Parts: sequence; structure tokens; C-alpha cells
Amino acid sequence: MKKSSMGLLPVLLWLSLFLVVPMLIVVGISFMSRDDLGNVVFHFNLDAYATFFDPLYLGIYWDTIVLSILTTALCLLLSYPLAYYIANAGPKMQTWGLAMITIPFWINFLIRTYAWVLLLRTQGVVNNLLIDLGFIQEPLQMLYTKGAVLLGMVYTFIPFMVLTIYVALEQMDKKLLEAASDLGATGWKSFWHITLPQTKSGIMTGSVLVYVSTTGMFVVTDILGGAKSAMISNIIQSQFLGARNWPFGSALSVIFVITSLILIALFNKAMTSKHMTAKEGR
Amino acid sequence: MIELSGVEKHFAGQVVVHPLSLTIKEGEFLTLLGPSGCGKTTILRMIAGFEHPSKGKILLDGADLTSLPPNRRDLNLVFQHYALFPHMTVEDNIAFGLKMKKLPAKEQQERIQEAVAMTQLTPLVKRYPHQLSGGQQQRVAIARAIANKPKVLLLDEPLGALDLQLRKNLQSELKHLQRSLGITFVYVTHDQEEAMMLSDRIVIMNSGKVEQIGTPREIYAAPTTLFSATFVGENNIFSQDGRLFAVRPEKLKAVRTEDGAKRIGEVLDVLYLGSIHKLIVQLEDEPMTVSIVFDFTDERPWQVGERVGVNWNAEDEVVIGS
Repeated sequence: MKKSSMGLLPVLLWLSLFLVVPMLIVVGISFMSRDDLGNVVFHFNLDAYATFFDPLYLGIYWDTIVLSILTTALCLLLSYPLAYYIANAGPKMQTWGLAMITIPFWINFLIRTYAWVLLLRTQGVVNNLLIDLGFIQEPLQMLYTKGAVLLGMVYTFIPFMVLTIYVALEQMDKKLLEAASDLGATGWKSFWHITLPQTKSGIMTGSVLVYVSTTGMFVVTDILGGAKSAMISNIIQSQFLGARNWPFGSALSVIFVITSLILIALFNKAMTSKHMTAKEGR
Repeated sequence: MIELSGVEKHFAGQVVVHPLSLTIKEGEFLTLLGPSGCGKTTILRMIAGFEHPSKGKILLDGADLTSLPPNRRDLNLVFQHYALFPHMTVEDNIAFGLKMKKLPAKEQQERIQEAVAMTQLTPLVKRYPHQLSGGQQQRVAIARAIANKPKVLLLDEPLGALDLQLRKNLQSELKHLQRSLGITFVYVTHDQEEAMMLSDRIVIMNSGKVEQIGTPREIYAAPTTLFSATFVGENNIFSQDGRLFAVRPEKLKAVRTEDGAKRIGEVLDVLYLGSIHKLIVQLEDEPMTVSIVFDFTDERPWQVGERVGVNWNAEDEVVIGS
């Protein structure tokens, strides 16, 4: 017993040094104020939290939640079929499929995101193509919209979802599907009653991963979103760097961490209660 | 009941199952027996529908099911490692097949009750598979299959993962279950003792070919090939004048006087096994040992190193390959 708890020590040390302590610092700063030069002053108050209830910030807060949930849902919908296809393909196709998913990572993330600018801007590849083909007369405004941000987010985070679901599908005991088929299940019923519940852990891990990463991503919004589509992460970033209002940035961070935890808890609860639905399946 | 006619299976140009024709009778307990890789599991999987025969036909009750998928065959398979659904309770596992058949809820309940009662699982219905012991999981696998009331139950080494004592208990339970259900069992095993104990008929297989089909008694008393002579039970194979014959250890006699003995040898070992004891004799003129089994009443004191004569009655010779 003693030995095993000793083994945990480095992990605990790591976690407290790089997660708990910084979090506590952020929580602490969120209750302080700043002086005219932007230095943090040790003066306890709730001003930073009060600022959050400005309609401007509430709107951004709401937009961020909606965009993150949309990104997660789209990633899930697009990734599951792809992961399923790869997991059930022959060994050669699997190697290829996984390579195709990971190869984009070899290219710098900023370059990949700017590539979307080239594609989406008014004089961009997509608009030119559509005009040349005669589908449209005037170029469409695609860049610097919420749609472009959503596209960028989904594009950025899809590999994480595909890989986690792929791993879950790969680890599933294939004999279970034979057993289901032997007991009279069609392919679709086997998928619904066996494959889906068996890969739920992968869906949950992937969804939380994508959701949390989306809420923290400000580069995609910066490059593809323009001024109107700021997310909470952009505000937090500007409060810490540009505006030098650390207490407000910290307060926003705290609020968003709590929001995410609540949403994740709700999501987990919904997923685990669905667990029991195998019973009522018809 | 089930008829396999000219069924064969090739994998990547290699013959896994040579052409096989076999009729399995209604209510019969038939065992496919052979070492691993002999093709017995492939035959079972072809009957279940998970593999397609490269050639030949499989009929169930006269109806051709060669091209039907597994979910449309009126038979069930008990998997080697059970393949229980981990996210479902015992009850839900058993109900799965009944739901797929869209049986009325009341009948589902009745069938579940019946199946768990037969397999002594009644107190465990709310448990998940990971909360059960190996033997209990095995029972769930059987209950899940028999709740569907299949015409035929296929069992793929169902006791292979269990320890010896539990296996013995479950063997007699299985035999009992098959008698009370009256359905046809097709059983795959590599354990010849298990096959002998359970089966009405045994199909002995070796490298994709059928060596012999017969009742346990026929196979023990009159093996037709060298493989079945040695695979089922212990046997002594002699060759004389270009013919091969087998004599079971209990049919051999050890004699002190050397006159009249058919073979002469030296005692290599004396084994006391309680109800029987056994001599291992190294023959003098042939590079082989024979075993001789005595019943427990034989109290002659044999010494290791002693010269003995080995004798048998001509009618106990079983000629191989005739």
C-alpha cells in the first residue's frame, strides 16, 4: 500500500506544480484589481466578476458555448463514420487511413489555418471557382464569419475525435458482433445495441477533448473570424496581453473553467444514463 | 436435421476443410474432435454462418441455408470465450436474442425465467458479466443461446477456459441439459475424454480431414485409422508382416515366463494410479515402449529392470487401415 502511494508522488507533484498552483494563482488574481499601469494590486474585490455581466461579454460567453458545442457535435458526426470505416478496413487501408489523418500534423498549424484564408477570402480559390463556373456573380463573404470559425475549429480538431473513436472501435471485441448476429441482430441493430455502447468511452473522451480545446482556441478565431467573431479565449488573451487587465482575464478564465466542468458533468451524466437504454431497445 | 453435403473450405489457396459430408440427426449430441487447427471450428462457424463454404451445401431441416447470414439461421452458437455483452446485465444478455426476434414482452420474461432456472442463474440476473466467475459466465452464454429455443445449439470449446474441476461439473450439467431440452448439440473440443463422455457420435478430424465417425464405443474399440487409434485413449501400435494393428493397454498381459510371449521387453517404470496400475515396457527388438494396465486386484510385485513377456489375445488386435 505504502509503496503504491509513493509511486503516485511524482504525478501528484507534477499536477500540483503545473495545474493546481497556477489555477489557484488565477483564482487569486481574479479577486484583485489593477492599477493604471496594469500591475496587479492586492486589493480584494469582485469588480472583475461584475464586469463579466456586461451584455457584450455575456454575448461572447454564450457564442463561445454554442460554437464549442457545435464544433464538438460536428466533429463527432463527421468522425464516427470515418473512424468506423478505417477501423473496419483491411490492414493496408487502416495504415493509410491513419497516415492521412496524422499527416496534416506535420505541417505547421498556422500555415494550415492561413491556407483556409487563401481558400475562403473574396479573391480566394473557392470564390473564383464558383464565379468561373457561373454559380455566382459576386464573391461570397465567407472569411471573417462565424461559419469560417466553425469550419476552422472542426478542421483543426477532427483528427483528435477520429483517433479516440478509432481506438475505441479497435479495442472492441469483434466477437460481440458475431454474437449479436448469431442472436438475430441485423447490422444496424448490432451497431446500435453493441458497437455504439461499447465505444461510448471513446465518444466521451473525444468530445471532452474537442470541446475543451475549442473553448481555449484563439488562433483560429483570430485568423478566420475577424473582429466580430471573438470568442471568450480571445478576450482572455487580450486581457492578459494587450489590455493588461489580469484580474478580469482571470475572472473570465475561472468562469469558463467552471462552466466547462458543469457542461462536462452534465454530458457525462446524460451518456451514462443512456447506458441503460439497451433495455428498452426495440 | 443438419446435412452437410460436399462442404469444403479454402483460405488463401490452402485447404482448411476437405470435402465433408455429414448428417446430424435430430436430438443428437455430436462432437467434432481433433487437435487445434484441424478445421473443427471452421466447420462449426460454417454451420453458424460466419464462414462461407468454398464448395458444398448446408441444409437445416431440408432447407438450404448456405447463403443465409447468421442472423437468419435458426441455430445458436455458444462462443469459446462466451462473447457476453459487457454493458448488459445477465438478464439483458439473455433477452437480447428475444428482442431481436420481437417476441411479446410476456413471452420474453417467461423464456428468460426458464433459461436462468435451467442454468441455475436465477439469483444473478441483475449482475454484469464482469461480476461473475468464469463458470457463471459460461452458464450465461448457454442461457443466452437456449432462450432462443434454437433447433440446433453449436458449442465452440465452451469449457476450454475453465479449470479441470469446474469443467467436470459443467460437462455433466451440459449432458443433462441436452437430454432435457432434446435439441441437437454440435460440440467442438480437443479434449478426447470430454468427447467420449458427452457425445452420441464423435467425428474425429485431423488436418482438415475426417478420420473417423462413430459412437464413442466404436471409436475406442475399433479405430479405423492410426490417428484415431492414438488420439482417443492410450494405445499400443504394433506392426507385423507389413500390417499395422493396435492393442489397448488393458488388453495386454504381462507374463513372467518367456515362453509363449508375443514380445519380450524390460520394465521401464511401474506406475501406481489407485484404481489401476501400469507397466511401461521397453521392447527388446523394436524401438518402442508399450503400456500394460492391470486392475487393482493384480498384486504381482514388478521390479524396474525386470525382463517380462508381453502377450495378448489375437481377437484384441485392431487392424488399422484396412
